[in-house]
Amino acid sequence: MIEPCPAAARRELANDQLRANLANATSTIRAKRARVVAELDDWEDLREAGRAIKADVLAHLDAYLLQFEAAATAAGATVHWARDAAEAAAVVTAVAKRHGADEVVKMKSLTTDEIALNERLARDGVSALETDFAELILQLDDDWSSHILVPAIHRNRTEIRDLFASTIAPGLVSDYPADLAEASRLYLRERFLAAKVGVSGANFAVAETGTLCVVESEGNGRMCTTLPPVLVSVVGIEKIVPRFTDLEVFLQLLPRSSTGERMNPYTSLWTGVTPGDGPEELHVVLLDNGRTRVLADEVGREALHCIRCSACLNVCPVYSRTGGHAYGSVYPGPIGAILTPQLIGIENAKTLPFASSLCGACYEVCPVKIDIPSVLLHLRRRAVEAAPERGERTAFRLAARVMSGRRRFVLAEHLARLGFAFRRLPGPLRAWTRTRDLRPPARTSFRDWWRQR
Amino acid sequence: MTTARDEILARVRYAAPGAVAPIPRTYRRESSRAGLVERFCERVADYRADVRRVTAEAASDEITSALDRRGASRIGVPPGLPTAWRPPAGVVEDHGLSPAELDTLDGVVTGCEIAIAETGTIVLAGGSRDGRRALTLVPDLHVCVVDEQQIVDVLPQAVSRLDVLVRDERRPLTFVSGPSATSDIELSRVEGVHGPRDLVVVVVA
Repeated sequence: MIEPCPAAARRELANDQLRANLANATSTIRAKRARVVAELDDWEDLREAGRAIKADVLAHLDAYLLQFEAAATAAGATVHWARDAAEAAAVVTAVAKRHGADEVVKMKSLTTDEIALNERLARDGVSALETDFAELILQLDDDWSSHILVPAIHRNRTEIRDLFASTIAPGLVSDYPADLAEASRLYLRERFLAAKVGVSGANFAVAETGTLCVVESEGNGRMCTTLPPVLVSVVGIEKIVPRFTDLEVFLQLLPRSSTGERMNPYTSLWTGVTPGDGPEELHVVLLDNGRTRVLADEVGREALHCIRCSACLNVCPVYSRTGGHAYGSVYPGPIGAILTPQLIGIENAKTLPFASSLCGACYEVCPVKIDIPSVLLHLRRRAVEAAPERGERTAFRLAARVMSGRRRFVLAEHLARLGFAFRRLPGPLRAWTRTRDLRPPARTSFRDWWRQR
Repeated sequence: MTTARDEILARVRYAAPGAVAPIPRTYRRESSRAGLVERFCERVADYRADVRRVTAEAASDEITSALDRRGASRIGVPPGLPTAWRPPAGVVEDHGLSPAELDTLDGVVTGCEIAIAETGTIVLAGGSRDGRRALTLVPDLHVCVVDEQQIVDVLPQAVSRLDVLVRDERRPLTFVSGPSATSDIELSRVEGVHGPRDLVVVVVA
């Protein structure tokens, strides 16, 4: 299913429906974001505070993790630590089995996608029902997400109607969005009311108080985290924020950057277990899964500041044309290009840092000021060091020799003028000319012109 | 044998990013702009909630007529909801209604803890007037009474008041900004997926 970037990108570019949807979606969100950000005079101050808080978190992550564990435990939660995807999924499976649940209801969580939770649970006989509208669509159709925030953006309303009519809502005729939403509401309500175990992620985990915070629009997150008697929250260790007060920064940065609203419909914050209100049993899984590897890279660790708003996706000229499937990773777009190679190892994702024009638009909109272009350059260097290509090395060595001697350089210029008959370069250089037009060399070289002047 | 916890902490310490500069908090944390209540009402209305501004005396009638307009006859309330805010008939007090029982309610009436004008947000904090979280989630209609005195301007002001409720009492919080919505279908915002599709906000002077 997952192809390396350039090949996947080529395939996605040929999909007209996707390109139309993406163009519409990304330009709409860009405009909304710009409007609500312009309303705040202190936007840049908020960005700087957000950046500084996240830097502080990473600088003292061990202390904050321990503080979170203590506070959450005192509030009635059971805190688990998971080194990798398998360990995290094992916690969820064990909890489900202990409560005799063969189905769990879950809200959208990139972290759970990252660890392939649904597949792992399925192998152990537990099914995970996706309740986020877009995730439900993808699950019913065995498809996967193309955008962090609007995962089914590559689908239009008629496709969704057809899908629902053949699965959860037989006889559904209307493709009017409100009717599609109603169909999913009715179908999922039954399952929410009966669910024994809910699974969530978290946008933020407050170290000081042991509080988890989830930011959403539909209400399915509230359903999953409030109705079932048991809740398991899977939280990447980078989601920590130090103090409850710090949420005043992030709860302003996130909604405006992601959906371009002043505030999203529902934000839920829960601290351990509250008797009589919500789950009676709460498990929190603190997940590493490569994050400590990212942390160890002095330049790359900025990627862990990400608050998953997707603003970078919407401004990226590459993403807004190819969509998420082209990246072959759970985290697409600019943030994906710097996070995924670090999480799974640069040797496993060496084309991702190159899926960029380095325009820097992502850096400008990032609410926590992640310098994505610098990290991309850093990772490109690491990619080359990890797997140097002999042909490329030789070519550069040759070029260096030619350019460092006047006679050699002049000769090369003459040859280039003669050889320009070859518009398309041969062999491995073909890739260069396939997407670029070579300009003909000047008839007179600069030095000759200078001499004759 | 090292546990996962030990190993993760060891790796975190090994990465050792080192000291960082102090956090600059130059963003706006206080505010006293004029037109607070108007701004709140406008911004809640922006989310397509139904906003009504009334005097204290008129609150009771306004709530009852909001419920009647929608034909809501079975109304859930938190046990601590003032009598003046309850409709004359059909009231069901929430002493731990099951999810299925909540699903039989036509609507709920609650108060709130605090409201934010800049973002048109209402915050429920599990208090005696706000009710349990499930109460304002399952039924299709939520009538929320906001006292003008409860409105602050910017989010940091609200967070600083909520801070003590979370640190000392571990109260669960729900920030509500309009009825439930999704933008998943070709990005057109559609109201009402899982939370209440109808949100009525009664602002009392």
